[in-house]
Amino acid sequence: MTLNPFVIFFAAIFTNNMILSNFLGMCSFIAVSNEIKTSFSLGEAVTFVLGFTSIINYLIYHKILVPLNLEYLRYIVFIIVIASFVQLVEMIIDRYFETLYYTLGVFLPLITVNCAILGVSLFMIIRDYSLIQSVAFSIGSGLGWTLAIVAMAGIRQKIKKNPIPKGLEGPGITLIITGIMALAFIGFSGIVQIQ
Amino acid sequence: MREIIITVATISSISGVLAFLLSLANKTIGNYGEKTVTINDEKDYVVEGGETLLSALIEENIFIPSACGGKGSCGYCKVKVLEGGGQFLPTEKGYVTEEEREEGIRLSCQCKVKENMKIEIPEELFNVEQFETTVAKMENLTDKIKLVRLEFQDGKEMDYKPGQYIQILTPIYKESFEEIYRAYSITTPPSSKNAIELFIGYAGGICTTYVHDYLKEGDPLTIVGPFGDFQYREGDKEMVMVAIGTGMAPIMSILRYMAEEGIDRKVTFYFGARTRSDQYMMDELEELKEKLPRFELKLCLSRPTEEDDWHGEVGRVTDLLEKFEENGENKEAYLCGSPPMIDAIIPILKDKGFKEEDILYDKFE
Repeated sequence: MTLNPFVIFFAAIFTNNMILSNFLGMCSFIAVSNEIKTSFSLGEAVTFVLGFTSIINYLIYHKILVPLNLEYLRYIVFIIVIASFVQLVEMIIDRYFETLYYTLGVFLPLITVNCAILGVSLFMIIRDYSLIQSVAFSIGSGLGWTLAIVAMAGIRQKIKKNPIPKGLEGPGITLIITGIMALAFIGFSGIVQIQ
Repeated sequence: MREIIITVATISSISGVLAFLLSLANKTIGNYGEKTVTINDEKDYVVEGGETLLSALIEENIFIPSACGGKGSCGYCKVKVLEGGGQFLPTEKGYVTEEEREEGIRLSCQCKVKENMKIEIPEELFNVEQFETTVAKMENLTDKIKLVRLEFQDGKEMDYKPGQYIQILTPIYKESFEEIYRAYSITTPPSSKNAIELFIGYAGGICTTYVHDYLKEGDPLTIVGPFGDFQYREGDKEMVMVAIGTGMAPIMSILRYMAEEGIDRKVTFYFGARTRSDQYMMDELEELKEKLPRFELKLCLSRPTEEDDWHGEVGRVTDLLEKFEENGENKEAYLCGSPPMIDAIIPILKDKGFKEEDILYDKFE
């Protein structure tokens, strides 16, 4: 069945959210979700990198790896592409978009090791998406990731003043909240499934 | 066989293309050209743009104090940036206070030289140099504290003030994969120009582990210094000194200096330890009493054991201060030790009438 790219786009945001249904990209999700503003910047950066790396990875996979029967090399190739792309983007932003660099600055290198980025590239291959579908999927996933981290940052800002048992402060309570949020997102899953 | 060659060729060519693109980008986008850094409005240094200010200055042999080696985790490498330097970075937030930020204080390891800059650094940093030394003596003072004597190689000499510190460059060794700098106070008086002594306590950190478990007499060791504005102040105010553990180091330097110069001031030194086996340098402190007629030593133990047979004061240095210090109006305080100790002492001294500007301290972290 060929899915409409729009369906994939919305499914990637709500029903197949990278964080809340696949639990990918958790490290930066937990580490950086302290403030809405910074989480939003990180979300933007993730979406941007996702969008481009998925196109590059798609082309490399289908134009180079598949014709040469080297599909099994996709992990290493995708990682190299992601790492060098992030590096390149960082240099460009550093030089030409100074304000953006200062908002994203520290988060850009973090993205290299964000599992969600590699996850998207692998999912689009496994699920056999076309180029358009892949783009819709990756941008949707990026926005979904942003939505989740911004929502989490909002909740964490609210609970800052609440008394939390000492042992649960920080990552502990964040993981519990993530679990509850994931439960809430299951509510969307009846709408559409793209697995 | 063919498959192996294709695999290797594919991965190599993909990585090759990406590496080529990146180095191309580095040459064009990442190349900021040569920039001028003007220090204190008098000296100009031409440096390679794009580097951090800290490493650009090190290339010019100007050593800004830094304990973490530029990772942005110690907050020591502050400089005042008057022009250039770009925006304030989120990585600096935790180390630079709001007021400092308004003055233009930046962490030099985070701020990059992308344009011509004007900065201000304390004049004495121009005196800071890197020295190659040889470990001439290592001696256990207590089971946790070692005395380390470093002699400068090639007949070099260091000019420093009593109370200042140096940084040891801990090399890469079995238990650490990176070079780091750690600060230690000098215990010798400034007259000892070609060798210095340090007290190094074992704390399980990268540098203390290196010194205690790996460093031997005869080994080379690189140090940078001298740093610090915790220094002996000239004057005739009565001096109150407080230290615990290795905090005695800079105080020892000050006392030895005073004894050598024959400075006659009233000095009271409060030294706290846990048990008798944690006390050290006691003989020399007793001898100092002869050279410094108005020197008084007040000791306390926080947890004396039965064998200690201790008849002196029991408690912490804060208890001693509460008990013995009265009017602090015309006195000067020199505090040295762990941050909690210093944070506990400052309010006590203020209560006793010490003026804020007369309380000098060196926090050992």
